[in-house]
Order: sequence, then C-alpha cells, then structure tokens
Amino acid sequence: MTKADLIEKVSEGAGFSKKESAEIVELVFDILKENLENGENVKVSGFGNFIVRHKKTRKGRNPQTGDEILISERNVVTFKTSQVLKNSLN
Amino acid sequence: MNKSGLVETLSNKANLTQRRAEEVINIIFDSMKDAIKADDRIEIRGFGSFVNREYGSYTGRNPKTGEHIKVKSKKLPFFKVGKELRERVNSK
Repeated sequence: MTKADLIEKVSEGAGFSKKESAEIVELVFDILKENLENGENVKVSGFGNFIVRHKKTRKGRNPQTGDEILISERNVVTFKTSQVLKNSLN
Repeated sequence: MNKSGLVETLSNKANLTQRRAEEVINIIFDSMKDAIKADDRIEIRGFGSFVNREYGSYTGRNPKTGEHIKVKSKKLPFFKVGKELRERVNSK
C-alpha cells in the first residue's frame, strides 16, 4: 500500500475528488510529521502510538572494519502497535 | 496529540467540518490497519513504512517477581521511519 492507494480510499470513501483527496492525505502526513518534529508524540487509538525518543551518544563499531566509532546523540521515532491491532494479528 | 487533535488540526488546515475531517482520518487509519492485517507492506514516502515481522517465542522473566514466563511467538508491524521524517526529528 502506498500513498496513492490511500488517496484512492479517501476519494471513494468520502467522495472527494482525486485532487482534493491527494491534498488532504498529504496534509494528514504533514501534520503527523510536524508534531513529531516538535517532539510531540502522536497517539492514534486502535492503531498505535508514534513516540519520539532521545538517544544519547554511544559507542558503536563499524561492523565491516571493527573500528570503534562514536554514534552521536539523536532523536528517533518509534512505533508502538495498539493492543487492539496486536490482538487482531495474533 | 491524539486522534481528536489530529481531526481538529486537519479540519482547520483543510477547511473541512470536524465530521468530514474525522471521516477522512478514520478512512486513512482503517485502510492502514486492513493492509497490516492482510500482511501488506505500507510505504508512505517521507513518513515511513510498515512491514509485519514474526517474533519467535522466548522465555522471559517477570521483572517484579523474577518468575520465568514463556512468551509466545507473535507477529507485529515494524515501523521504519522515512528519510524526511528521520531528518526532521533531528533538526531541532
């Protein structure tokens, strides 16, 4: 499934034109990205939570050469599947 | 932000009624859930992708009591963050 499929679903399901649907779907992901960029978690009940985590600097290794390297501190996005979705998969 | 916050923001930005915005948000996440349940891979450029992964069973421990417990094998969607989002969460 890609963004094009979602646009199709929104168009069929809500009766917007393809062009409108494309703009709306784009906007939804823009809103999600904007929140996460600002460090704000996004919780979608029944689907899952997108969580921004801060990772401290740590030592790592280049798996090819074995050289020790410093991995800089960073923010990462993790996804925690909702219990409801988890249950329907298992 | 939760789903109602998402609905409200979309309603303002796309100039839709709350009801229409809610309809759209439900269609999007329901479609994504259906794809995950069907083991279909989802790829949203710039945001990320979801792909189901199988996790084998293992013996774990209850951290409170120290008791050994068998954890059954399970299937979970794995989210891989897209390039644009990965860069944006590190921009501030």
